Amino acid sequence: MSSVPLSAYLVLALILFCIGLYGALTKRNIVVVLICIELMLNAVNINLVAFAKYGAHPGVAGQIFALFTIAVAAAEAAVGLAVLMALYRNRKTVHIDEIDSMKH
Amino acid sequence: MMEMAWIVPLFPLFSFFLLLLAGKKMKEASAYVGMLATFVSFLVASAVLADRVGGSTYKAEQVWLAIGSAKLTVGFEVTALNAWMLVIVSLVSFLVHMYAKGYMQGDERFSVFYAYLGLFTFAMLGLVISPNLLQTYMFWELVGLGSFLLIGFYFYKEEAKAAAKKAFIMTRVGDVGFFIGMILLFLQVGSFEYSDIFKAVQDGTLSQPMVTLTAILIFVGAVGKSGQFPLHTWLPDAMEGPTPVSALIHAATMVAAGVYLVAALFPLYEASETALLTVAVVGGFTAIFAASIALVQTDIKRVLAYSTVSQLGYMMLALGSGSDVAAIFHLTTHAFFKALLFLAAGSVIHAVGTQDIEKMGGLWRKMPLTAALFLVGALAISGVPLLSGFFSKDEIFAAAWMHGHGVLFWIAVVASFFTAFYMFRLFFLVFGGEERHGAKDVHESPAVMTLPMLVLAVLSVAAGYIHTPWFGTFLGDWLTDGGYAHEKTPSWMMIVAAIVSLLGIFLAWLMYGKRSLARDWLSSRAPLTYNVLLNKYYIDEFYAWTVGYVANAISRLFYYVDRFVIEGIASLITATVNAAASLGSRMQNGQVQTYGAVTFIGLALLVAILAFTGGYL
Repeated sequence: MSSVPLSAYLVLALILFCIGLYGALTKRNIVVVLICIELMLNAVNINLVAFAKYGAHPGVAGQIFALFTIAVAAAEAAVGLAVLMALYRNRKTVHIDEIDSMKH
Repeated sequence: MMEMAWIVPLFPLFSFFLLLLAGKKMKEASAYVGMLATFVSFLVASAVLADRVGGSTYKAEQVWLAIGSAKLTVGFEVTALNAWMLVIVSLVSFLVHMYAKGYMQGDERFSVFYAYLGLFTFAMLGLVISPNLLQTYMFWELVGLGSFLLIGFYFYKEEAKAAAKKAFIMTRVGDVGFFIGMILLFLQVGSFEYSDIFKAVQDGTLSQPMVTLTAILIFVGAVGKSGQFPLHTWLPDAMEGPTPVSALIHAATMVAAGVYLVAALFPLYEASETALLTVAVVGGFTAIFAASIALVQTDIKRVLAYSTVSQLGYMMLALGSGSDVAAIFHLTTHAFFKALLFLAAGSVIHAVGTQDIEKMGGLWRKMPLTAALFLVGALAISGVPLLSGFFSKDEIFAAAWMHGHGVLFWIAVVASFFTAFYMFRLFFLVFGGEERHGAKDVHESPAVMTLPMLVLAVLSVAAGYIHTPWFGTFLGDWLTDGGYAHEKTPSWMMIVAAIVSLLGIFLAWLMYGKRSLARDWLSSRAPLTYNVLLNKYYIDEFYAWTVGYVANAISRLFYYVDRFVIEGIASLITATVNAAASLGSRMQNGQVQTYGAVTFIGLALLVAILAFTGGYL
């Protein structure tokens, strides 16, 4: 029925994950880093749904997991942004490389 | 009492530990601890001896290690020889302990000195009751350690430090021979027991060449310990130690350990004519060689040291001539008169503050008792008739003559002439003539020092009568269980011996006492010989240029190997670890993104490893 193979989904997820990882490790702005983390989470979601449909044991579990992940990601984004707000009020910066007080 | 013989060495050991732990607080009292311990040892040893005289050999041992079918045992044995040695060692040790109380008075490390003396006495007493070679070897090394510690007692003096090291290393050279011989015997016989070894020798289990080889190897150990040529050079240097130590260790007891060892293993030597000949030749050569050096030395203790080497040569000559009785007899008398001479010399050094005999003289009037006692010792060692040295030396001459060593006999006679000469040269230079020392208040030593000398002087005179051809050969009969037959010696022999020693004394008197002969009439005629003798035949220089040079070159090579190769590898390893550590610490910079990157790289590595190995490492 479908002509899109499983590997295509996986490659898409891989690319998405890599973009997210790259951004998370290199961008200075914390907002961008948070967004990149969302990208990585969504790459995982694509994998979960793809395997739920075309995996060795197709089932509904993968999709439920994806829903969970979305919910958790929303919570994480909320908490993350709240922390960021607090941080900004204290340090007047959103640059991740200036926040290294946990060094020792 | 014989079953209690094992307790004899333990008293000095106890004194050693006590003084080591509490010596600092006891100070002068440590002398009494040491004296008490050795005195009790002497009493018990005497009781053991008294028991042994009427009884037979007692032996007790138990298995220590079982390796396969071979069993190593520890224990003790009271043979006639062992009981005899126990008494001599503990007696001389006690007297030296007493003497040292006066001699070492006021020394900062007084108690340490007594502790070391205790350790040494323990080792020596343990050595003489060992029933097997392995145990003997252990005590043999302990004795060496005690000697090392005591020679180096004044360790802040460079010479003392060097002498201690020299003594340790030279005797170690001999010990290697002993060790190889011992292991060879064990491989052949399967036991270290003296009795098993003798049985194997009798049965012929031990082949003739093997008997010769092991006997000579063990003799090498004795050569090292007893200061025989060519390993004698440590003994004169060992005089850097305190004088009581010289008397106890380097005259009376430890250096006699080599003679004791050969005597204890005598059945092994008797089985090989070659081994006996080796022992005799080395002994005879050493006797004259060392005596000739002693003729010209100017250090009072060094003269006595070379005299010791020479007398030990006599004992070896006796052993090599097949007469262990003569050797033990001479060992006994020598222990007494040489200890006496050393203690008297110590008394002089203590008073005058120098060891150079050119700076003494005229002490006869200032220290009459010491002078008289020294005279007794000198007469005894010179072999003047009726004193102990006369009888024991005569026994050795007889043994050498009867065994067919004509040349060695005459060498021994000449050495005896030398002995008489250098002893009285010493006597006249130190006690006779006018005073040449600058010391102001020279006075007689305290009673605590003269009393032991008195005892030794009595023994130096009397000890000869335990074994004489005139009154009976008690010692010989007893040592050989009644099987001793005094060989009929030509009657001229005793007369020759007496004349030779009196001639030596007379010549010394002419040159140094009466001075009718100029002191340098011989040395000016043969300056080359004189110089060779004064420099001890350049043996030390020879060693320095051959053995010392080679050893230095080898150690230099190893030093560089160690410095550049071994240390290079070691520093390479530390540098690698250091580099890894500094890289790691640079990573830990508080930047969350760096941590993330590291985590990711780690994960990627793990996944890669997993992919390549399929999960199995």
